[in-house]
Amino acid sequence: MKQINLDYLSANPLLPEVQEAMIKAIQANYGNPSSPHQLGDLSAEALTKARESMARLINSPSPEEIVFTSGGTESINQAIKGVALANVKKGNHIVTSNIEHNAVLRTLRRLRMMDYKVTSVAVNSDGLIDPTAVAQAITDQTILVTVMHSNNEIGTIQPIEEIVRITRQKKIPFHCDAVTSVGVVPVDVQKLGVDLLSFSANQFYGPSGVGGLYIRSGTVLWPLLDGGVQENNKRAGTENLIGIIGLGAAADLAVRDMEARITHCLHLKKKLIQGLKETIDGIFINGHPELSLPNLVSVSIKYIEGEGIVLMLDEEKILVSTRSACAAGALQASHVLLAIGREFADAQGTLVITFGQETTEADLERFLGVLKTVVQTLRDMSPLYKK
Amino acid sequence: MYSSTVMDHFKNPRNVGEIENADGIGDVGNPLCGDMMTIYLKIEEDVIKDIKFKTFGCGAAIAVSSILTEMAKGKSLEEAKKITNKSVAEALEGLPKNKLHCSNLGADALHLAIQNYEDKKAGIVRPAPKREEKHEHDHEHREGEKCYCPYCNVEVKEDLPFCNSCGHSLKTIQQTIQ
Repeated sequence: MKQINLDYLSANPLLPEVQEAMIKAIQANYGNPSSPHQLGDLSAEALTKARESMARLINSPSPEEIVFTSGGTESINQAIKGVALANVKKGNHIVTSNIEHNAVLRTLRRLRMMDYKVTSVAVNSDGLIDPTAVAQAITDQTILVTVMHSNNEIGTIQPIEEIVRITRQKKIPFHCDAVTSVGVVPVDVQKLGVDLLSFSANQFYGPSGVGGLYIRSGTVLWPLLDGGVQENNKRAGTENLIGIIGLGAAADLAVRDMEARITHCLHLKKKLIQGLKETIDGIFINGHPELSLPNLVSVSIKYIEGEGIVLMLDEEKILVSTRSACAAGALQASHVLLAIGREFADAQGTLVITFGQETTEADLERFLGVLKTVVQTLRDMSPLYKK
Repeated sequence: MYSSTVMDHFKNPRNVGEIENADGIGDVGNPLCGDMMTIYLKIEEDVIKDIKFKTFGCGAAIAVSSILTEMAKGKSLEEAKKITNKSVAEALEGLPKNKLHCSNLGADALHLAIQNYEDKKAGIVRPAPKREEKHEHDHEHREGEKCYCPYCNVEVKEDLPFCNSCGHSLKTIQQTIQ
């Protein structure tokens, strides 16, 4: 039985070209990019090349504005804590949305333990944030606004440009968690106008454990890691060169193939939503109908719970995620689904189906067939379901 | 993540369904982790002749319900009352720490169903259980029983309203039995 991966969100598969680039990088036996000898120079060149590739992907005017990190979580922690600590004398207030990823939520929760204040702006039932509500939340103590580009559970894409227009005017730094968007949909840091933007390679067919932070030059923030002068003195520690080379290769492919990938995914998404509606009664499709990621479908299935669905689909070699993949160990109902108005129990029966360029229509057809049986089996067991 | 016994009971659950004109019904629920469970009993001469369950919940909750029905079937009411959360979890060869509360639901549902039967026999009418917001750690801890944060799996000291490790509030909606 062929494995059908509909859990690209947890980690994209490594494309063959990316694998090849990384294997070559391992075989090249690189040294430390900071060393002044020949091997160091060779390594520094490889690092620069990857940085340039990444800069092209997000249209950063200067590659030096990109700092490589261990992934989206570190980038987000760096951006938020870095700005908060550097601006402690200016103010202690941060504005965010109520559907951010845990990397943002828990970073802010940590800062609240240190007397920072956080205002969380509520989204509407499509998961969209209202820029005027952000403007109203800003006080003279506000030192940072952080809003995600697209949501990892429901896919809704936020009006970042409009929000940035407000923060620019008030001269407040803006951080965008663009982990689920970069490499998937066009993200142009100049057009968006953001000061900080987090991304992760495993969302665009690159390796896990590597990502980065775009830092507009002139943005004041403290490094999270102190030590050597790597990454333009913004992130100490010898670089994960093999991972970064993989990221660079994946960025090149994303620049080349993004349009084709979007077309392919949008077609699959349309088919999938239509198929879900035809196959299973008592479902909700979550997220904004248009302003949304092309590679993600979030569906709440009434009367049953998501983990059971995931385990039963797994028996048929079909991989999906329930709520945020990172929440698989946690048991709370998704704050995102509650924020868009889903009932507690319905939030529990929510699948996040994510796919990519290798996914076929036949994969989705088999998924729908198996899902139908699984849903019926679990509903027959559920005290909430009445035929 | 789960033991093979848990997976076996999850994939092939025993005694799923309802019993018409059941002698005792036990209904418990905890929407925090999405689990709700109903146990139906058919009782003859104080022996559980038949038992069925309906469960809304994760793999662990379904496995707990299934093995619980196997453990209780054919037992006298006195024996069945001795089935504890711990013995259910043990019969399943263990549960992940943050899923141990699922096993609590199983034994609770069984004991409620037995109580429901005994109440009916004695002519006692109790108000339907009411869900109210309560602090998670208001429940009584049996001696030696540890409690873990359902969000991050770290042991929680009883007097804290939030988890000291992940900072998550431990306030939740719990069923209270009146």
